[in-house]
Amino acid sequence: MDSIVPLRIQIVSIFGSVLFLAVIGRLILKGKLREEYAIVWIFATAVLLLLSIWRNGLEVLAAVLGVYYAPSLLFLVALFAVTAFLVHLSVVASTLQRQNKILAQELALLRDEMQKMNNTR
Amino acid sequence: MEPHKRTVAVVIPAFNEEKAIRSVVEDVISSVHAQGVDAHIIVINDGSSDNTAMAVGSLPCTLLNLPFNLGIGAAVQLGFRYAQKLGCNTAVQVDGDGQHPAREIGRLLEPVLNDSADVVIGSRFLVKGGSRSTLVRRVGIRYFNALVGLLIGRRVTDSTSGFRALNRRALEVCAWEYPDQYPEPEAIISFAKRKLRVAEVSVRMNDRQSGRSSINTFAGFVYMIKVSLAVCIAVLRTHQEG
Repeated sequence: MDSIVPLRIQIVSIFGSVLFLAVIGRLILKGKLREEYAIVWIFATAVLLLLSIWRNGLEVLAAVLGVYYAPSLLFLVALFAVTAFLVHLSVVASTLQRQNKILAQELALLRDEMQKMNNTR
Repeated sequence: MEPHKRTVAVVIPAFNEEKAIRSVVEDVISSVHAQGVDAHIIVINDGSSDNTAMAVGSLPCTLLNLPFNLGIGAAVQLGFRYAQKLGCNTAVQVDGDGQHPAREIGRLLEPVLNDSADVVIGSRFLVKGGSRSTLVRRVGIRYFNALVGLLIGRRVTDSTSGFRALNRRALEVCAWEYPDQYPEPEAIISFAKRKLRVAEVSVRMNDRQSGRSSINTFAGFVYMIKVSLAVCIAVLRTHQEG
């Protein structure tokens, strides 16, 4: 089976994936990205890299799954992955908001205690 | 002035109420005094950007300052938690904008103090008269009354009223978990789920003295959808007791 992926785009996509991986790695090293989120991105980049190197990969997978137009499989998977990650982020945001509320309330209580202690001194 | 079990905590949430809050607190102080209620007044400044904290200043009450705006539900919850810390067995919630009549606190408290109810809601719709809000709002309130009434299986005439009295059990429920925003209808559901007795007494409410409602017309629609969803989720949720 001849590859439908031209060499030029293969080079570009490999380069793009490696660059993305480098950015993620840098963010982790600088402490700007927590490892648990980085795992998702590293995994996604690894899949992209794999498909960039393995030129027929997408075609083979599409054929196995019975998808007629191979790129649509890529869109489907990518869209699903992005949606799933967004849901995950919403959960994280909800947790943070709840914790933030408790922190703010505790802070108000502590300020009150501190003021009382200052007043009795 | 050591608070004890007979002391009633009066929780007053305030967000940008520099004009109204002082007279509201003074009104509550003189009213509870006149009605012979031993009260500890707790004002929660919910991250106001105006001089709400200064306005309360020297008044004989506890002022709790939240570092930023959390929403009325979270502010009220803080008040309830503080009340618990004080050892109060009863709490009353009064809004900081002057809509709730302090002179009615005694009547609101009565069913809780004689143990005929766990939660008492001051309703402006049980009898005619007083401030009854605008038409659009009344339609919204009626909708929530119908929804909440349907879900808990009994009639509620003012499900959005935040003028409430709580006994120890209800106080525990609210201190443990309380919605951040638009908490009133949702809280009724969680009271009902825990088999608390919810009663309503008729009160005449005042027009707000100043400030804006936490719900403007523009956000009204979003508010209705959000609360409807929250109320339905509250019914479905199997509550984790604390």
